[in-house]
Amino acid sequence: MASIKDKLSKNLEDGIAGQMKKEADTLAGMSEEELFTYADYDEKEGEKSGYSNYSYWGSTFRMFLKNKGAVCMLVIMVAIVVFTILQPYLPGQMDPNLVNTDPDRFVPLRNVPPGETFWFGTNSIGQDLWARIWTGTRTSLFIGFAVAMVEAVVGITVGVLWGYMRRLDFLFTEIYNVLDNIPHTIILILIAYILTPSVKTLIFAMSLTGWIGMARFIRNQILIIRDRDYNLASRCLGTPTYRLVLKNLLPYLVSVIMLRMALSIPAAIGSEVFITYIGLGLPAATPGLGRLIEEGRVVMMNAAQRYQLIYPTVILSIVTISFYIVGNAFSDAADPKNHR
Amino acid sequence: MAKYLAKRIGRSLITLFIIICVVFILMRLMPIEGYFKNFDKMTDSQIQAGLKEQGLLDPMPVQLLHFFQGMLRGDFGVSHSYRENVPVTEVLRDKLPVSVKLGSLSILVSLILGIPLGAVMARFKGRIPDKLGTLFIVFIQAVPAAVYYLFIQMYGTTILGIPLLFDAGNAKSWILPVLSMSLGNIAYYGMWLRRYMVDEINKDYVRLARAKGASGGSIMFRHVFRNAFVPMVQYLPSSFLNTVIGSIYVESLYSIPGMGGLLVTVIKNSDNNMVQAIVLLYATVGVIGLLLGDIMMTILDPRISLGAKEGGR
Repeated sequence: MASIKDKLSKNLEDGIAGQMKKEADTLAGMSEEELFTYADYDEKEGEKSGYSNYSYWGSTFRMFLKNKGAVCMLVIMVAIVVFTILQPYLPGQMDPNLVNTDPDRFVPLRNVPPGETFWFGTNSIGQDLWARIWTGTRTSLFIGFAVAMVEAVVGITVGVLWGYMRRLDFLFTEIYNVLDNIPHTIILILIAYILTPSVKTLIFAMSLTGWIGMARFIRNQILIIRDRDYNLASRCLGTPTYRLVLKNLLPYLVSVIMLRMALSIPAAIGSEVFITYIGLGLPAATPGLGRLIEEGRVVMMNAAQRYQLIYPTVILSIVTISFYIVGNAFSDAADPKNHR
Repeated sequence: MAKYLAKRIGRSLITLFIIICVVFILMRLMPIEGYFKNFDKMTDSQIQAGLKEQGLLDPMPVQLLHFFQGMLRGDFGVSHSYRENVPVTEVLRDKLPVSVKLGSLSILVSLILGIPLGAVMARFKGRIPDKLGTLFIVFIQAVPAAVYYLFIQMYGTTILGIPLLFDAGNAKSWILPVLSMSLGNIAYYGMWLRRYMVDEINKDYVRLARAKGASGGSIMFRHVFRNAFVPMVQYLPSSFLNTVIGSIYVESLYSIPGMGGLLVTVIKNSDNNMVQAIVLLYATVGVIGLLLGDIMMTILDPRISLGAKEGGR
């Protein structure tokens, strides 16, 4: 048995030695230029040696494009966002706060059904619903984006500190326990009640409850990957901590961060509707979608005026559903485990 | 186990103490109109005298001490504008049972509908029932509850002829509020049960059961479902308590004389003592919910021992 093995390995060694000699001979025969020029990239050759032109963002993009429903939603989402920004600069738009009056009889044009002059009709005091809806969408989207940004920045910063510095773990965990045990609705109501209602106040109140979930999630992920071999290797090579966090840890978490940001926009819009209903929302001069829906709710039992509830809710639902679906699809696509 | 429980309850009490202090201090920032019933007609000196009488000019630690002393005696002050000079506890005593009844009913409905939804979705993963279920879940999760509640109310009352406002004696008027409160939970239970069941199906013991010749249905319900349900149990107490809390909007929409509707009313009336008592009640309930969830999970699944895992949650 042992002798067969020896024989086999001897044969193998001889073979390898022979091959190496052959290669050395061919190399020696080549000219200087042939030896030191770049080889062209050839996909088939690349596959052979295990090299691939894998690019993270390229693959993410390709995976995302495969999901037709999500691409469709993305188009709708971008169209709405662009339109809300451009709408006031388009010709023939009305002032959302202007109370329209009948030029002949000098009475406000109340509850005019949708028609040629007022595309979406007017509300119960005679303001143009079309202009108010797009102004409201702009306000609501702004609040949503602002909350998502604050949540991401604060959540990531705290999450990284919490996960990376062992000494801070206890402190942050205790803070988390306290904050997470108070129902978020209550914090939202409380802050909106204490401070005077404005866009800034609402953003503050909503961010106050949102960041903690993000921080917790980032912390758990960082705890899992912080001592993996590649991070250990980086640390041994003397990589500064900030570089380790930025280059090794955070790219791993892009999918989660994007998902949470995309989901916090619908959530923020929903909170705004709720807060306005309670009577702690934005002042009437800055219409958000919440204010419009609340105005529509008041008249919803009157079938002729129901359009005042239906138009804002349809726009709001399109916005929230598109963000939700795009967020989920992007997060799936950005997860390297799903790349092939 | 007993030792762990004692420790866990002790920690919960400390958390609760901190929460009460924080909420109490925040409450002192509330507009002072909320401490009087006819603030607009009062002179400055009257306001100062009134504040002093209610002990609101004392230093914060003293106020906090008074509050805790009152709390131990079951005294949370009196309502200023909602029901004038009636102790807060008395107001709440009438309201609490209504919310609890509605909340329990809604959780029951969510379990009855949500669990089969999740189970069926997992059973037919990737096929039509799964896709329909996913559509429902995406819709409920993406569209703010504040919006679809309105449509349920609008079409429920016009098409089905159900009364617009809640009336405890009329069974029909319970349908819409309970349904509104359940939809979110149905989607939530369905989503998680599906995920846990799909995880379980890929485990070895399922393959063994199949090799043994057990039928598909029996594997699903005797093995997969029972294992997948354990992590769900942890969320049940807090989701029950949150349903009672989350009903703020529903209760207010249907004028249900419960806790949630009350909170909105007293905020609109800026009745500070009432707001404070209700907020504290909700915070307490939140802490208890998490504790109960952990305890229930250990009872159901003998493999989980909370004592060994420091901190747990």
